[in-house]
Amino acid sequence: MYKYDSYDQQMVDARVADFRDQVRRRLDGSISEEQFRPLRLMNGLYLQLHAYMLRVAVPYGTLSSAQMKMLGDIADKYDRGYGHFTTRQNIQYNWIKLEDAPDILADLASVEMHAIQTSGNCIRNTTSDQYAGAIADEVVDPRPYAELIRQWSTFHPEFSFLPRKFKMAVIASDTDRAAMRLHDIGIQIVKNAAGELGAAFYVGGGMGRTPMVAPCINEFVPIDQMITYSEACLRVYNRHGRRDNKYKARIKILVHELGKDEYTRQVEAEFAHLLTQGIEPPLAELERIKVQFADPAFATGLVDTLDRSDPDFALWVDNNTHTHRIPGYVVVTISLKPVGGIPGDASADQIRLMGDLAKDYSFDELRVTHAQNIVLPHVQKAELYALWQKLDAAGLGTANLDKIGDIIACPGLDYCSLANARSIPVAQKISQRFAAREQEIGELKLKISGCINACGHHHAGHIGILGVDRKGVENYQLLLGGSEGADTSLGTITGPGFDENGIVDAVEKATDVYLANKEGEERFLDTYRRIGMAPFKEAIYG
Amino acid sequence: MVETQFRFRADEPVADPAVTVDAFGDQTNAAAVRIEPGDDARDLIPHLDRIKLVEVNFPVFGDGRGYSAARILREAGYVGELRAVGDVLVDQLAYLRRCGFDSFAPERELNHADAEAAMARYPEVYSPTVDGLAPIWAKRHGHGAGN
Repeated sequence: MYKYDSYDQQMVDARVADFRDQVRRRLDGSISEEQFRPLRLMNGLYLQLHAYMLRVAVPYGTLSSAQMKMLGDIADKYDRGYGHFTTRQNIQYNWIKLEDAPDILADLASVEMHAIQTSGNCIRNTTSDQYAGAIADEVVDPRPYAELIRQWSTFHPEFSFLPRKFKMAVIASDTDRAAMRLHDIGIQIVKNAAGELGAAFYVGGGMGRTPMVAPCINEFVPIDQMITYSEACLRVYNRHGRRDNKYKARIKILVHELGKDEYTRQVEAEFAHLLTQGIEPPLAELERIKVQFADPAFATGLVDTLDRSDPDFALWVDNNTHTHRIPGYVVVTISLKPVGGIPGDASADQIRLMGDLAKDYSFDELRVTHAQNIVLPHVQKAELYALWQKLDAAGLGTANLDKIGDIIACPGLDYCSLANARSIPVAQKISQRFAAREQEIGELKLKISGCINACGHHHAGHIGILGVDRKGVENYQLLLGGSEGADTSLGTITGPGFDENGIVDAVEKATDVYLANKEGEERFLDTYRRIGMAPFKEAIYG
Repeated sequence: MVETQFRFRADEPVADPAVTVDAFGDQTNAAAVRIEPGDDARDLIPHLDRIKLVEVNFPVFGDGRGYSAARILREAGYVGELRAVGDVLVDQLAYLRRCGFDSFAPERELNHADAEAAMARYPEVYSPTVDGLAPIWAKRHGHGAGN
């Protein structure tokens, strides 16, 4: 894992002092809420329906045990004993007092964490593959590249007042586990025929009210030019992105309106110029970072078998573990989606427990996934049963990864001032309705957004649900056929929307159509792609 | 005219009125020009040797196009005064300086102590720009002071 040196530490410490001063000026009235707003937003502090919400950055989703435990302590000390893990691999707290925010940042800085650029019209926290470093299909561990981007983008002087927020993701495997092509810039680290590393740039993806899948604008930027190329992409956007309408201000609209070719031409011209400016960190810096992501001391010669005699354990293993690249180890995903729970929520005690378990079972490391779960990346098979028993006893043993109950949901109208409809109660009802049939239905990614901004990724759900306001009443639209993987696609709306109970019934009709039509090992998405919308529509509205 | 509140240059300020980018090409005696957010700073590059003052207007602080305009001019070798005018706030000063601005004429006067503190708060920087500060990566690898 990346460890701060004195420079990194000094930067977050300065940020604490900076924000403490900004809060002081706000509290003593020397700046207005209007002037304070962009400052607090640069630091992840939102004014929500009931209180301030603080979003804490978890760069590329990676946490140490000590960091995780601090997140649990903050939940107890400053919030109501809960934290909410987000689709950007971050954590947010929903009940924060403004005057406490500087102290929270100081606590975070003590474990090399911060809330820098977790909101605002700047380059946000960079996300990555939650299985990085643990899975066989990656070209390299993508996190050193994400860390290089984290540093480059931190307090970037030119790109802190962009037309709109800017999200980047870095992956290094063809199996996209980070929804890379639904980001403003998605980077895939690749190897060319000569065995050299480079960065494929996908620019102009996103969800929101105008979902777009990012086109590839450069298939191979040499790795020692990745930052310069990013800077060129951003400069063209900062200069020419629309600022007249916040709903048309994301880079996807610029790329779409200019056309991919013209945008690319402008980026390449800017890139050629910026290459003369000496802004690229030397490869030695990348090497310095890479060393810190070196493998932990994996044991060799381990048994590679499991005792599956406990059926509950076997079910959990089948659902929530992935093959590790080292024999004798597995990648564990802890589901934060218990039946009827709030997706992504964990109690302070659960957060601290996961921190402790990471230390005892996973080389002191955890990951937050964009699907709002937690990963222990390196667990010995021989210790898996003991780990599962501890998780299960704490309500963290739900066996439903990528099943219909593993729902992504935004906070919705229960918390968010932008939302039109509640997301959480719908997620809870669906989770309860399907709990007994989850395994029968198999892989089904269901995602719920409480407004058109799509924080719940509804466009990318095999089944997506979008909450809208229809003449003052919450109404839910159903989408089918979205996907966020290597086969990224956007869902299609089935037709007229439903009320809260109606949408749950409609989901059930859709899964019934799937089960009746499924061939062989087809997933819901495969069947939908094969038979199309018509049979679903007929069952739902017929 | 709004007062220049901060100026980090030793030379005499230019008194000439700033003309628009559109007009500047034709007014061969003009030495001061004002960039609005939609203007292309690169239009000025052929004329840099006769420009003594560039004002970059920020009608609203959230419109960050002026940051790119400033860096583009400095990257092209412009050495004259680069002044941020308009909705310039305390917490933008450090970013603006890093992009090459060396004078500030905020439409609302800033608290002097707050502004000084904000400009001094981040002595170290991650990314190099045109301001000549060595980035942290350079210091890490022995291209400057530091550990």
